[in-house]
Amino acid sequence: MSKIMKKTNKINYYKFPDKHGRFGKFGGRFVAETLMPLLLDVEKKYKEVRRSKKFKRELSYYFKNYIGRPSPLYFAKRISKEIGDVKVYFKRDELNHTGAHKINNCVGQVLLAKKMGKKRIVAETGAGQHGLATATVCALFNLKCVVYMGALDIKRQAPNVFKMKLLGAEIIPVKSGTSTLKDAMNEALRDWVSNVKDTFYVIGTVAGPHPYPMMVRDFQSIIGIEAKKQILKVEKRLPDYLVACIGGGSNALGLFYPFLNNEDVNIIGIEAGGKGINSKMHAASLSRGKPGFLHGNYTYLLQNEEGQITDAHSISAGLDYPGIGPEHSWLKETGRVNYFSATDKEALNAFKICSKLEGIIPALEPSHALSYLLKNSKKFKKNQIIIMNMCGRGDKDIFSISDSLGIKFRI
Amino acid sequence: MQNRIDKKFSELKEVNKKALVAFVTSGDPNQKISKNILNVIRDQKIDLIEIGFPFSDPMADGPTIQKSSQRAIKAGANVDSTLQLVKNFRKNEKNIPIVLMGYFNPIFQYGLKNFFLNCSSVGVDGLIIVDLPPEEDHYINIYTKKYNVHNIRLLTPTTHKERLKKILQHTSGFLYYVSVMGITGTKKPSINEVRKSLTKIRKISDLPICVGFGIKNKNQIQSLNKFSDGCVVGSAIVSFIEEFDKGKYSENQMLKNISDFLANLKK
Repeated sequence: MSKIMKKTNKINYYKFPDKHGRFGKFGGRFVAETLMPLLLDVEKKYKEVRRSKKFKRELSYYFKNYIGRPSPLYFAKRISKEIGDVKVYFKRDELNHTGAHKINNCVGQVLLAKKMGKKRIVAETGAGQHGLATATVCALFNLKCVVYMGALDIKRQAPNVFKMKLLGAEIIPVKSGTSTLKDAMNEALRDWVSNVKDTFYVIGTVAGPHPYPMMVRDFQSIIGIEAKKQILKVEKRLPDYLVACIGGGSNALGLFYPFLNNEDVNIIGIEAGGKGINSKMHAASLSRGKPGFLHGNYTYLLQNEEGQITDAHSISAGLDYPGIGPEHSWLKETGRVNYFSATDKEALNAFKICSKLEGIIPALEPSHALSYLLKNSKKFKKNQIIIMNMCGRGDKDIFSISDSLGIKFRI
Repeated sequence: MQNRIDKKFSELKEVNKKALVAFVTSGDPNQKISKNILNVIRDQKIDLIEIGFPFSDPMADGPTIQKSSQRAIKAGANVDSTLQLVKNFRKNEKNIPIVLMGYFNPIFQYGLKNFFLNCSSVGVDGLIIVDLPPEEDHYINIYTKKYNVHNIRLLTPTTHKERLKKILQHTSGFLYYVSVMGITGTKKPSINEVRKSLTKIRKISDLPICVGFGIKNKNQIQSLNKFSDGCVVGSAIVSFIEEFDKGKYSENQMLKNISDFLANLKK
């Protein structure tokens, strides 16, 4: 009897979101009426293509031949030794075309947009990786691409801005609000409201109104699907831990999702702790925020008591967002995933260690995840297997890092 | 007590007149001047006042109202100060209907029950929550009925027939037709498109329909009023506050400009 009880209490994570786009109480669709018919249409079309064999074939064609999937699962020997007697594997999504996991989702969404007959793509970007990936895929499919980017981020991420322009995208600097990712998302939404007929909004993370959190998660879950196969092949068992960094949370959910029903796998998400989560300069919406409504969904947000969204801070532009995908909010509350944070300083340190020990220059985002491993080495037992998502490479960050480290160099 | 909005529209209908709705953001540029602006609007015998409570991320608003929200937040405006503003205004003005407009997060954080209770006690007659579509209005339906605060909905050029029925389920007071595909204060509405849409809506609903977004002058209002029950003017009024804030003229001059602008629209 007790066994049966236990079974019924167990959550099947693959049944979410529900038909209202909810993950438990989180998620939903909180947008202006102009967008509602369009969102319902995107949902309908997505449900169609999700089942279509032709779409799946097309997607895996581009995954393999254009992105370069599957990305390797690499045993990071020296990092493992640094941490202790553990086995750390990097899921190397930084080797993807355009240098991060973002492109997995862009290929999926742009293919969908094409099926819907849309001619123009808008996207928001923080670190520029999503903007770059969107611009790339738009070049490939000959679609007009408009990228909204915070004026501050344009400064921080000059190399990506240059690349996007080269690819033919139009970059619109966003000066409203705090001039960062959240404001870029506001502007992209405003653009979409104004151009609903011919435009598709490619959201870069597992946030936004339903069906975006589900759709982006599905496209990114190729990361976890591959990692599962790969680890079973080399280790003949599932990992003990999964670790990934979280801004909006798309790389993390991509890795986590295929493992959510495997209860024995411990899952850890690392938010950007900025200058410390007890300061006001961080982006740790799960640790320090509370649930509210922004960008179309109900989720944990950094906000003041009056419900005004407050500024996030992180050295990593890609994590500099005051919200988080609604599925993460739910995974926090169900206890399936444990969330911690790493500071700017800790991330920088991990960045340096990884470069020196593995010959891999990581982006600042996954450096947050790595710093958690380095800091908590005592937590892990001998021979435990850890998969960390190396979701981006550090090329884009070298200028801002050299600034932070006070190093001047000429190119 | 009959809701002031219903009363106003039935009065207007009797004399075959159209409503002029004026929008301002509460607390823009500050609480004191905001009160003076409301008084000026009242003195021009505007039919209905729409007061925005500011939100940091106003997704459906154009630059003019975005800046207005930012000024107001900076000056300390919030849901509470908005209700206070209405309360003070109601001391001398019992009849003009007041609609609050804003985004869901600030009122959710304020506490829904408390919010509706206070709306009803200070004399708020209707509410427009921009980002709460019918799919999600289960949060507020029990309160709008209990406290007699109308849930006014936006209809847009993208709203098709089936959806219209869904929207109308929990809508009361009047319908707010968004005349353009876009954000506030930017594009100009196409009169002909609006006429077609309103004809369709009238087949399904008897509620009064006001048209808003991008309405800046008397000509537009005259054309639209041939088939609407009224027009909403927002960004055009808020622009005067913006110019005052930039130091282009004095407070009195701003109040006079708003007053003259509205008087001309009323003519």
